[in-house]
Amino acid sequence: MDERLKKIQEKIREKSKELLSKKRVDLIIGFSNWTLPLRTTPVFIRTPEGTESLIWNSFCENNLATYIHKFNRFRVGIVVKGCDARSLTALSLEKRFNPDGIFLIGVPCQRMVDRRKVARAVKGEIIRVEERGEELLVEGEEFKTVLEKRDFLYPSCQVCIHRTPSQAHFLADDPVEEFPLVETHPEVDVFEKKPPEERWRYFESETSRCIRCYACRQVCPMCYCTECFVECLRPKWIEGGLNPQDLQFYHIVRAYHQTGRCSGCGACERACPMDIPLTYLTQKLNQDVKELFGFEVGLDSKTPPPLSTYEVEDKGDFIK
Amino acid sequence: MENNWEPKILAFLCNWCSYAGADLAGTSRIQYPPNIRVIRVPCSGRINPLFILKALQSGIDGVLVSGCHPGDCHYLSGNYIGRRKSATLKRFLEYIGIEEGRVQFSWVSAAEGGKFSQLVYEVTEEIKRLGPAKRFVKNRV
Repeated sequence: MDERLKKIQEKIREKSKELLSKKRVDLIIGFSNWTLPLRTTPVFIRTPEGTESLIWNSFCENNLATYIHKFNRFRVGIVVKGCDARSLTALSLEKRFNPDGIFLIGVPCQRMVDRRKVARAVKGEIIRVEERGEELLVEGEEFKTVLEKRDFLYPSCQVCIHRTPSQAHFLADDPVEEFPLVETHPEVDVFEKKPPEERWRYFESETSRCIRCYACRQVCPMCYCTECFVECLRPKWIEGGLNPQDLQFYHIVRAYHQTGRCSGCGACERACPMDIPLTYLTQKLNQDVKELFGFEVGLDSKTPPPLSTYEVEDKGDFIK
Repeated sequence: MENNWEPKILAFLCNWCSYAGADLAGTSRIQYPPNIRVIRVPCSGRINPLFILKALQSGIDGVLVSGCHPGDCHYLSGNYIGRRKSATLKRFLEYIGIEEGRVQFSWVSAAEGGKFSQLVYEVTEEIKRLGPAKRFVKNRV
């Protein structure tokens, strides 16, 4: 196993053990091994002995901030990447939990590996994966290949410039240098230049694959309404079934509700069983919010979310 | 058929300014196209983006949102909040491919009956040029 990741893993275990045995927190939310290669699972640990199952690798892709809603009455320790910590800051602005009751075990993120890209790059079933620095050693029954990690990262991780969770109470490693691998979100830039007809066709065809499992909503830390608009019966905004316009409606509103709240972690896209590229929507909103209101999500715990406030000098040149 | 087509435009007018402006246009006998259907809302900040989307999905050809001028809001800051929502929603809808101009925004005060009439002419003209809404339409009302 990679030396740096091993060191981080040890630090996470050590700190979690300390927090639990000193009764500083009631539970630790972290990652543990899953039965399948390329996957990890969130775990909830309540005893100091249990911390041995905590792990850290390049497949710890879930945004654990999602679980804070279920445990906001407890004192919780959470293992966070840069994006998760920013989601938590955004949630604390929305008063979803008591910031004093939470302990952030921060990990300067090495960028996460896209398991689907890896699976597509090899033929046959993957049985074992090992990380060695910048390389991935992928093994199956009949093959053994070495892949460059850099070519198999999530799009949201390639553009990330907030990998170190600066808000964390404890950092498991030295902060990493902040730079994007790709300058701006590649999909948004290319997409924006296309004519409207083509953009609409793309949106139409991508959303038509949606099966309305709502996995994108469930994994998102910012989607916590007790009554989501899709389940609202009065007024009934959206009907059941897979009518294409209803699917479009769902995806427009799901994305738009993230305006000024999305940390760009990409959890929605990773959760989608139909491979719908959901981040091309939310990344655009993030860019707009930055351009219009100079706001970036989760960088400090004072600035209110942009749509809950205003400036008299806001641009209004689109208004007649 | 094509030649006789008239757009259906849904106008969300704020109770304190734009609705009164439309009222003034009416009492002053100022003419404007009959294409708009007015819904009175308490404030332009009350507009939930879902309203606009639902209208477009129901086959409305254009949506107009109108409120008080900046600084004139009856609730002091409603139209400023509304402006931020409108700005992001407008950009987002254009980004995914809804035609520019389907959703329009304006400020009309209670004293601007003439401006209101002018505005409805302009908006109607623009939406006529875009033609009947086809994208995102589920069933025509």
